[in-house]
Amino acid sequence: MIDAIDFSLLALTSPGWGGALLAGFLRSVELAAGGYLLGIVIGLIGATAKLYGGRVLRDIAEIYTLLIRAVPELVLMLLFYYVGTDLLNQLMAAFGREGIDIDGLSAGILVIGLVQGGYATEVFRGAIRAVPPGQIEAAQALGMSPFRVLRRVTLPAMAPHALPGMANLWMIATKDTALLAVIGFSELTLVTKQAAAATREYFLFFFAAGLLYLALTLISNLGLRWLERRARRGLPAAA
Amino acid sequence: MPDIDIVTPIHPAPALPLRARLAPLLMPHRLVMAGLALAALLAIITQMEWSWLPVYLPKIGDGLLVTLVLLASSVIAGFALALPLGAVQVTGPAPLRWLATGFCTVIRGTPLLLQLWLIYYGLGALFAQFPEIRGSWLWPYLRQAWPYGFLTLTLSFAAYQGEIMRGAFAGVPRGELEAARAFGMPRLMVFRRVWFPRAVHRALPTLAGEIILQLKATPLVATITVTDLYAVITRVRQDTYLTYEPLLLLIAIYLCLSGTLTIVLRWLEGRVPSGH
Amino acid sequence: MFKTLALAATAAAALAAPALAEPYKVGIAAEPYPPFYSPDSSGNWSGWEIDFADALCAEIEADCVITPVAWDGIIPALNTGKIDMIVASMSITEERAKQIAFSDKYYDTPTGVIALKETEIQPSAEGIEGAYLGVSVGTIHETYARAHFSEAAADIRSYPTVDEELQDLAAGRIDAVVGDMLALMPFLESDAGEACCEYRGAVESDPSILGNGVGVGLRKEDTDLLERVNSGIAAIRENGTYDALSKPYFAGFDIYGS
Repeated sequence: MIDAIDFSLLALTSPGWGGALLAGFLRSVELAAGGYLLGIVIGLIGATAKLYGGRVLRDIAEIYTLLIRAVPELVLMLLFYYVGTDLLNQLMAAFGREGIDIDGLSAGILVIGLVQGGYATEVFRGAIRAVPPGQIEAAQALGMSPFRVLRRVTLPAMAPHALPGMANLWMIATKDTALLAVIGFSELTLVTKQAAAATREYFLFFFAAGLLYLALTLISNLGLRWLERRARRGLPAAA
Repeated sequence: MPDIDIVTPIHPAPALPLRARLAPLLMPHRLVMAGLALAALLAIITQMEWSWLPVYLPKIGDGLLVTLVLLASSVIAGFALALPLGAVQVTGPAPLRWLATGFCTVIRGTPLLLQLWLIYYGLGALFAQFPEIRGSWLWPYLRQAWPYGFLTLTLSFAAYQGEIMRGAFAGVPRGELEAARAFGMPRLMVFRRVWFPRAVHRALPTLAGEIILQLKATPLVATITVTDLYAVITRVRQDTYLTYEPLLLLIAIYLCLSGTLTIVLRWLEGRVPSGH
Repeated sequence: MFKTLALAATAAAALAAPALAEPYKVGIAAEPYPPFYSPDSSGNWSGWEIDFADALCAEIEADCVITPVAWDGIIPALNTGKIDMIVASMSITEERAKQIAFSDKYYDTPTGVIALKETEIQPSAEGIEGAYLGVSVGTIHETYARAHFSEAAADIRSYPTVDEELQDLAAGRIDAVVGDMLALMPFLESDAGEACCEYRGAVESDPSILGNGVGVGLRKEDTDLLERVNSGIAAIRENGTYDALSKPYFAGFDIYGS
């Protein structure tokens, strides 16, 4: 059966679909990276809200993370896609400007970022709490402003504690991009399905896509392990 | 002398009086937020279009049942598969260890959606090439969609849980294993009476979280025509052209499901002695 | 005479030029639907409907950008402004007409049934007895099958795209597919299709479900765009552009219908 598989379909140029797969793969990585970074920003905001915010802020952040943790990502993505774009258009209309059209990449990044933000909030919250309080008190005693404390002491100190969780989140981000295929965003999984449907070679293309995702995962793993070792230098060995 | 006190009975801490337990809920800002939430809920119920609900309620019930059955069955089968997967990665002969590690790495490194489509449509292509399969006794199952959903969800759960079990098996204190050997227990008895139960015990706290994660993975089977809850709501969206109402209902149902599952699992966890 | 015509045409074009607004986003479904629209490996969409949309836009002198949108969100996408027209083989039905406005029809083909060669399936409720049917989610064919065949058929399975249901048909998981006759034809002409299946005929007509042909979907408030599109369609039909672009795809029959 192996000889029946036409590997020329994977060629990089037309009529081979290899180029399209790689382009879709690139798109997936862009979506994952953008969403991951957005998630970090939202997570930092959420974590500080939960730890240092007032009671109302804390509850709002709590509701946000509860929603993300309890509802499937697919449903959340649908919701964020429709609600997000609708709200944005209504906001624009309220200000008198016509609705801006968010292109596919930005919408996908927004959607993945919002989902990642919920998980990142919990990771950062746990990591900040793991920082010895004495360090933060010492910084405050030295007269540093809260923002400076955050920037100079809290964030660098919590980084090694946050890394395992954030590494896990990167893996989740890369795999969540596949869900965008169900909503119709053009990324690796959707392109794979289109290629497979056009050529009827389902096994071949899904296998190829699987190899691409696996490559991404393994390379990311190596990179993250190196990062973790660097961040943990000088600290006692992890439990 | 043993340094663990196994004689003094452990009493649970006395429960707080009702007033103290309700106090956090009655704080002023929470009351305001609860009021706002109630107002929003009332607005949603009265202002939005819900006339489709009575018509589709039985189908939604069926979809919910499919989701729950798929969840329960894949968790049970996946956990059963995860135990040997985890164990063999710690002890086992090298080839089996590589097989198990490879399996876990591949499944955890690729998206579930891709695995689902690969198994369903990839095998489907195989059936097209070999029409003789249609005569076999397996065919009534191979032609349906739910066995593939069940298989993929099971394998996925097994891979993730297998990784956890590997950590659990590796983390059982060696002293206990050595003590059991010192008692003269044969290897199999050590496994059966000490190593295996202790490892499963260590893994139990994370099981609740993993089950919720599995619940969140189930909607994907709708893409291979299994009519679960998500598929039914998609049909409602198609038939009624409404965007928000069906999605809001779906989110509400999943919130209730997650909440119920978490409460039930936490209660079960409380019933299992933690041994520390 | 040719010179005066050319002069007049340039003058008309020059006058019409300021009326060219920003490009219209023409929505097609992200799921391939050959021979009407499907992507090739470089991501370019081509097909009869793409050619038709280009001809229509040229006729009404508008810039058009083909924008793929997921089929099950295409009407909300139109209403929220993500796209400006739907040219995605969307049948004109009463239900849909409550949400959006439709232009005049631009093609009309019957709903047909293709089935595995070894079965005896016919396109009627008796002929479908005990069969496993495949339909595409969110289409009139799905509504028709659920309305007319749900008691007789053993199971009706809704697939996200046409390609997937045809794949399952070739695999033998389902016995028959109910769909647009023209969309099913490319499969029957392919090697896989010829080997496994054959066309069994058109289903009994039911205009309340199957609608009256395929039209361009527009927002209800875009009334002058609707007029322009309608006149564009009529013009294309009259001046022969319609027949010219249909010939490479559908030699020998007119897909406009009666």
